[in-house]
Amino acid sequence: MNDKILKKSKAFFDVYERKSGSDKLTTTYCPGCGHGNLHKLIAEALIDFNAADKSIFISPVGCSVFAYYYFKTGNIQAAHGRAPAVAVGAKRAHPESIVISYQGDGDLAAIGGLEILHAANRGEGITVFFVNNAIYGMTGGQMAPTTLIGQKSMTTPRGRTLKNEGYPIKMSEIIATLEAPVYVERVMIGDAKSIRQARKAVRKALKLQIEKNAFCFIEVLSACPSNLKMDPKQGIKWVQDVLQKYYPLGVKKDISEEFERKDVSRDNFDPSQLQNILNITESKIDKGKIEQFKNNEFTHEFRIAGFGGQGVLSLGTVLSEMGMRHDYQVSWIPSYGPEMRGGTANCSVKISDKKIGSPLVANPTVLIAMNGPSLDKFENDVISGGTIVYDSSLIDRKPIRDDVNIIPIPATKMADELGTTKAANMIIIGALIKKLGILSIDVVLDSLGEVMKNKKLVELNKKALLKGIEYIKSL
Amino acid sequence: MAKQFLKGNEAVVKGAIIAGVNSYYGYPITPASEIAHAAAKYLPLVGGTFLQAESEIAAINMVYGAAASGERVMTASSSPGISLKQEGVSYCAGAELPCVIVDISRAGPGLGNIAPEQSDYNQVVKGGGHGNYKCIVLAPNSVQEMCDFGILAFDLADKYRTPVYILADGFIGQMMEPVEFPETVPDIPKKPWAILGTKETCVNVITSIELDPDDLEKHVNKLQKKYQIIEEQEVRVDEYRTDDAEIVLVGYGIASRIAQSVVDQLREKNIKAGMLRPKTLFPFPKKQIDKLANSVKSFLTVEMSNGQLVDDVRLIVNGRKPVHLYSRVGGNVPSIKEVHDEVMKIMRVS
Repeated sequence: MNDKILKKSKAFFDVYERKSGSDKLTTTYCPGCGHGNLHKLIAEALIDFNAADKSIFISPVGCSVFAYYYFKTGNIQAAHGRAPAVAVGAKRAHPESIVISYQGDGDLAAIGGLEILHAANRGEGITVFFVNNAIYGMTGGQMAPTTLIGQKSMTTPRGRTLKNEGYPIKMSEIIATLEAPVYVERVMIGDAKSIRQARKAVRKALKLQIEKNAFCFIEVLSACPSNLKMDPKQGIKWVQDVLQKYYPLGVKKDISEEFERKDVSRDNFDPSQLQNILNITESKIDKGKIEQFKNNEFTHEFRIAGFGGQGVLSLGTVLSEMGMRHDYQVSWIPSYGPEMRGGTANCSVKISDKKIGSPLVANPTVLIAMNGPSLDKFENDVISGGTIVYDSSLIDRKPIRDDVNIIPIPATKMADELGTTKAANMIIIGALIKKLGILSIDVVLDSLGEVMKNKKLVELNKKALLKGIEYIKSL
Repeated sequence: MAKQFLKGNEAVVKGAIIAGVNSYYGYPITPASEIAHAAAKYLPLVGGTFLQAESEIAAINMVYGAAASGERVMTASSSPGISLKQEGVSYCAGAELPCVIVDISRAGPGLGNIAPEQSDYNQVVKGGGHGNYKCIVLAPNSVQEMCDFGILAFDLADKYRTPVYILADGFIGQMMEPVEFPETVPDIPKKPWAILGTKETCVNVITSIELDPDDLEKHVNKLQKKYQIIEEQEVRVDEYRTDDAEIVLVGYGIASRIAQSVVDQLREKNIKAGMLRPKTLFPFPKKQIDKLANSVKSFLTVEMSNGQLVDDVRLIVNGRKPVHLYSRVGGNVPSIKEVHDEVMKIMRVS
């Protein structure tokens, strides 16, 4: 078995052409470093499982940033900490591919803590190799989240303390608490026996992705002799004697037997159905009716305001949609955000036969006030000669202005008579249509079916509209 | 052609779907969230992926992974979220990955508020993240353009292998207008450089690392050459009544809609006003502004920021004519009257 490990896998390039410098045959890894061994185990498994060609290797920031020098697989190099997120983008794009997310301890457990947690929690169909050597390697020996208490580093020159840095983090144990991960094991690049165990774990994890799209997490304790300021042998001994004590080896979770293959495929899509899916449908309104009616030379600017729940915003959208069906230019703009949730709502609508510049309404030609505060707030903004429509069943006072048309409608009371308070906004639309004369009653009634999202309400709204129209006639 | 009455935030998703977008990765934020809502609704129905990421940073890195994998991919956010994404955008630019980022900008700095502002100009138009890069920036001023640019953005991203922003403000995202959908079939170029999980592409590598300074310089110069070609070929600008204009208002997004109304009002009073609206903020319409600088008496930049666009206008006008600024911030939108009065003030003085 060991012979096979020592032989160079076909998942590696023969010559490392991407590597800078003249030596294209050896890796950039220091003697005694675990990356080389782990790379070999992965490469060997990919060939044995006939998966190298369809593999995508995500390399992190850190010493293994150059994994693409060596692996003859698709290679995407990720930003610091983000390998699992990048892996998600790749795996979702190519569900049939084998995606390997490879990270060190700073990358995975510090700056990338969130990405690994959520990739694991979603059970992404990727394999994660986490190299834990308890130190930042490439940046020059700073403390890692996995650095042991008392361990000296460039940023813990007197040793890591509980007081200042807290406990080293045990990622395998954390990942194993989640529901979705299928197989979580901590292994070690130490003596031959431990490497054999690591090999088994690497192969099992990759196989589980190939066969079941299972999320597997393999933590690999590894030496960084250069930054530990030890020789390779001492480094490996330190991993075995010291690091392993805090990070016990072994399987932390394994539900691989009962885990059923995860379907990561995308849904089928028939491009000829695109218009239906996007609800893009041609209006069936009789163009003749529109042409017959069409008004020229007008711009109406509406401010529509009331309590949340009175249908203020939809009053605006329905009015706009009706305008659009008359081939007018229309715009609708809400007051949005927390305001919307705070109980009052208002929106601005413009309907014009000309191109609309600003969609904002400062001085409406028509104010629709559905409650008292709205009348108080906006009455003075209405242009001279404009119109104020207000719900006289909810507003006690009359508008003060004497230079505008005033139309009181007991819309809420009338809606209650129809059986639902919610129809008040439609009653007001009916009144407006009659009063303003810019929309054809015929076209509006024909359009209701297209405009209303809830088709059950079309008949009721038709009644409400007509009630509003009748009310204006009766004045 | 079928017309639909839509929010800007929904129109941009429908445009993207018409462009053949494969995946959407994003994080909720007001006032951009309707983009995620629409993407969540429609993407699975068109054989794509929608995933709500754990963070803005994760989202842009998922975008990076999907773009590296040859997908048409997008994300959307609003100002603070864009700040968070910047490192990832820099990686996309460095690795020459096509992707689309929508920014429905809001008021800052810090938490600010959720009302519209245009103070993301600098962080979006000038690169924004670390390193020598720029992104193409499209600036829609209507719901129709949210849809149209949703398509155009993907075409430009693929054509130049670069991230493309759609920079809009809270109002353009939240407002509703009719949209006519073009009947186009997505024209997606082959991407031989992408990682597809196949034997043919397993020799491909996506990275932005170049250890050797000479190699990185070569790469950066290659990017600059690309930006130069973009500046030569992709400028889009809307000039409104500028032919005989004495004063030209410059603005993008919602500010340009206000400026246009002001121009109409001024023209009724026989004041020769016009408007120039960059539809692309990078590439910036340098030639058009340069030409106007010879004929007009002054410029007035109307923007909802502390004066970010105005710097670019001034660079081109280069002292030949006064370039004034009318700015509102904090989530306030300049009214037609305010801008109108500002023009009158300038005209009286000059």
